[in-house]
Amino acid sequence: MKITQRSLLLLSIILVIPVTEILAADTPVIDTGATAWMLTSTALVLLMIPGLAMFYGGLVRTKNVLGTMMHSFAAMGIMTVLWVICGYSMAFGPNIGTGILGGWSGWNSDFVLLSGIDEVITSGGIPEYVFSMFQAKFAIITPALIAGAFAERVSFKGYCIFIGIWGLLIYNPLCHWVWAGDGFLFNLGAKGAIDFAGGTVVHISAGVSGLVAALYLGGRKSHPHLNMRPSNLVMTLIGGGLLWVGWFGFNAGSSLSSGLSAAQALTVTQVAAAAGAMMWMIIEGFHQGKATALGFVSGILAGLVAITPAAGVVQVGGALALGALASIICYLAIMLKNKLGYDDTLDAFGIHGVGGIVGAICLTFFIRESWMTDAAAVAGGSWTILDQLGVQALAVVIAIAYAGIGTLIILVVLNKFVKIRSSAEGEMKGLDHYYHGERGYGMINPN
Amino acid sequence: MKLIIAIIRETQLDQVREALIQAGVSRITVSHVSGHGRQQTEEIYRGQKVIPNLVPNIRIEIAVNEDFVKPTVDAILSATKANDGGMVGSGKIFISPLEEVIRLRTGERGSDAI
Repeated sequence: MKITQRSLLLLSIILVIPVTEILAADTPVIDTGATAWMLTSTALVLLMIPGLAMFYGGLVRTKNVLGTMMHSFAAMGIMTVLWVICGYSMAFGPNIGTGILGGWSGWNSDFVLLSGIDEVITSGGIPEYVFSMFQAKFAIITPALIAGAFAERVSFKGYCIFIGIWGLLIYNPLCHWVWAGDGFLFNLGAKGAIDFAGGTVVHISAGVSGLVAALYLGGRKSHPHLNMRPSNLVMTLIGGGLLWVGWFGFNAGSSLSSGLSAAQALTVTQVAAAAGAMMWMIIEGFHQGKATALGFVSGILAGLVAITPAAGVVQVGGALALGALASIICYLAIMLKNKLGYDDTLDAFGIHGVGGIVGAICLTFFIRESWMTDAAAVAGGSWTILDQLGVQALAVVIAIAYAGIGTLIILVVLNKFVKIRSSAEGEMKGLDHYYHGERGYGMINPN
Repeated sequence: MKLIIAIIRETQLDQVREALIQAGVSRITVSHVSGHGRQQTEEIYRGQKVIPNLVPNIRIEIAVNEDFVKPTVDAILSATKANDGGMVGSGKIFISPLEEVIRLRTGERGSDAI
């Protein structure tokens, strides 16, 4: 009796194992470790958006705090809806079109409303839903970053329509070029233009678009002769802290795995943020005699922005260098801004644009050996730092040109239909009351 | 010497200050106050319209010598007219005689201390 039981068991095992192996070859099995980390990362990147809302909200005047925070929150609504309708399809569908517009964008009608990926597991072992939602968070934060450039003077309606169109026409194609498997920047050179987590797609495109928008819309009334102080730096510091925390999802999540490359990205993210913050503190200490709190968080952001494209390829030494370098160059860029007098209100270009450019270009000098060896093998012999520098520079120039020119066209055309800039009355009364009918800092006055 | 106290809309502080500085009046005390005049400002919270019975205003205090009274009042008047929309609640200016002014650091008194 016992023997028959055992042999039956054995028989069933022998029969079952090959069947599951054949099944496994057809459909990728869920890698629970990677999926768990990607779920966490997706939530972490979402956390950056309220973080950004607090960061920006604390930097504007009391009358604009809600309006400014709403810029980030509105992006969560608008961009998510657009992303599931057509954004994911445009960014990660296969190339469409031929000729000069070939590959401008992707399209896969299966991705509309994500209907085709209901049961899809990617080859990396994570459900495609998770990948799609992870990427959605990047599509949210990018236009939200732009809002910093024209804070305190934009109409809410104009802003909402602008980011919707900007997301469709600027973000989705850029995302496709850099991250989709058949995107042309993804395949540039030996192993593609390096943009691990969004230096070009997110930070350069947002920074440059912000600069163009700030110049097009003009400065705030009374800028720069009237001092405009931040309403609440405490909130800015909390927001900056949340951004740092969320950035682990942003960078380490971009490895789309839960393993070595996630660990590498996580480590350099921490190091670059710290190096950036420290360098900013040192510069301010020497230049102004005081290390400010706002300076410290600015340094954190500069370091994080610079390491974003580089997180997959540099080691700790490179992260220290990139973080410190980003702070130095961003600091100079903001000094230059103050001299030139244009009103990039919360330094969307000064930190994200400039930091992104520094990261995407300078990462070339700190790429780890193994990556270069792989690239040389793909290129068929040799692949030098100079070769990669050319690829990086080309990707940066393309991102700057596309985002800059595209944004200008969108603004000019949209402004014919909707006034993007706030009315003088709204700007004077404050965005909170004028566009939202509420007050941010109610407790200041008894009521 | 006169003490000029103006209660203005909080949104108009910037433009009033600019006008005052242009009129040569830069010494000023500003405070947040709440008050109730005839003004009704509507705020909306989850669809519920709320009309606060005390609305936030700005109170400006300026001590001036006689020959500065008119420029100061004119500056406040013209600045609060701009972008106002003619709604109630623009505020008021109170002018009262000022008996004495003493500068703490030097002990100067009277017109020189203003």
